[in-house]
Amino acid sequence: MKDSDQVVALIPRLRRYALALLGDRAAADDLVQDTLERALNKFHLWRRGSDLRAWLFTVMHNVYVNQLRSRREFLALEGEALELPVRAAHDAPLEARDVARALARLPVEQREVLLLVVLEDLSYEEAAGALGVPIGTVMSRLSRAREKLRALMEGLPPSGRLHIIK
Amino acid sequence: MSEAPITEADLQAYVDGRLDAARLAEVEAYLAAQPAEAARIGAYRAQADRLREIYAPVLDEVVPERLLHSPAGRRSRIVAVAAAFAWMAIGAALGWQLHDFHSPRSGAVAGVPIARHAAIAHATYSPEVRHPVEVGADQESHLVAWLSKRLGAKVRAPNLESVGYALVGGRLLPGEPGPVAQFMYQSKPGTRVTLYVRTGVQNQEETAFRYSHEGKVRVFYWIDRTFGYAVSSADIGKDALLQIANTAYAQLNP
Repeated sequence: MKDSDQVVALIPRLRRYALALLGDRAAADDLVQDTLERALNKFHLWRRGSDLRAWLFTVMHNVYVNQLRSRREFLALEGEALELPVRAAHDAPLEARDVARALARLPVEQREVLLLVVLEDLSYEEAAGALGVPIGTVMSRLSRAREKLRALMEGLPPSGRLHIIK
Repeated sequence: MSEAPITEADLQAYVDGRLDAARLAEVEAYLAAQPAEAARIGAYRAQADRLREIYAPVLDEVVPERLLHSPAGRRSRIVAVAAAFAWMAIGAALGWQLHDFHSPRSGAVAGVPIARHAAIAHATYSPEVRHPVEVGADQESHLVAWLSKRLGAKVRAPNLESVGYALVGGRLLPGEPGPVAQFMYQSKPGTRVTLYVRTGVQNQEETAFRYSHEGKVRVFYWIDRTFGYAVSSADIGKDALLQIANTAYAQLNP
């Protein structure tokens, strides 16, 4: 009973994260909706007493990765990271739009780590759990995400080359 | 001071404010001596602030309706439908067995359908979060009057407070020969019990308590004149359920 209320209370945070991740409101709400449906169907998998918020981000990550796979929209940065073109938020203020655009140019794996840690304040352990990677990977992605975002926002040429994998 | 070399992970944790006091002092000393690194880390902090600032307004937005209702609604329907199918299958199998083995015993034959139907109804509605009942206990007199009218006989919702169960409310369900009523009760820890009431029972022997275990649902049921009653729960043991059934029985058959 209380469980579903708890989930509902976390919807604004799921929306915020999804919007920052995707840069598009309708796509973000679609992702949140898919996440909620999956979470409610898989609710028995949530370990009662563990952090519901971290678990919901885990579900969202899995839903998102499945969607990426099914769409075959893979772009990889140096063979490791995924990069996905993101539509800019048209209604956002200019500076916010620039940040959104810079975020969109981060490989999705780096973007997820950065947003889970900075925006959602997940611990490094929780972020590692949500993304299904070792904590060392979280730390290195976080470092690279910050450096690349800094370069993008300062107008410096980002390092690294893009390879398209089809 | 440990004087362990400052790593990139330390610097990241510094940006996120996740260092313990001792390590924090070491990192601050390191940054004070490394202006270029201090500038980089300062930029990361500013970047984090910008991100939080830009996306903060989303938290105050009104959540679209489709996110609030459709998933939970869909889930409830899925659960309800799946539960109903599961119980129909179990009920059919059980009914067939009982038909084979117990046909000569009129009491059992008369009683089994109510236990099965009550268990199906219990399994369908007791997991409901949003809509466990049609009419809530806050309108108890309206609920009882409405169900009595629809069932064509005076029904009552027994008070089960003495055994730790409060009335949640009730609903009307299709049944044989006519509509049936379901009252739902809930304990403080959240376990649920339903009372299923059927009227218009013809030519049936009155029975003492009978017990049936239908899948995960335990059911005590009895026939009294033209009424059939069943008390069901999937959450509690047989003894606890018997105590509740006794309490209900004492009030319904004074």
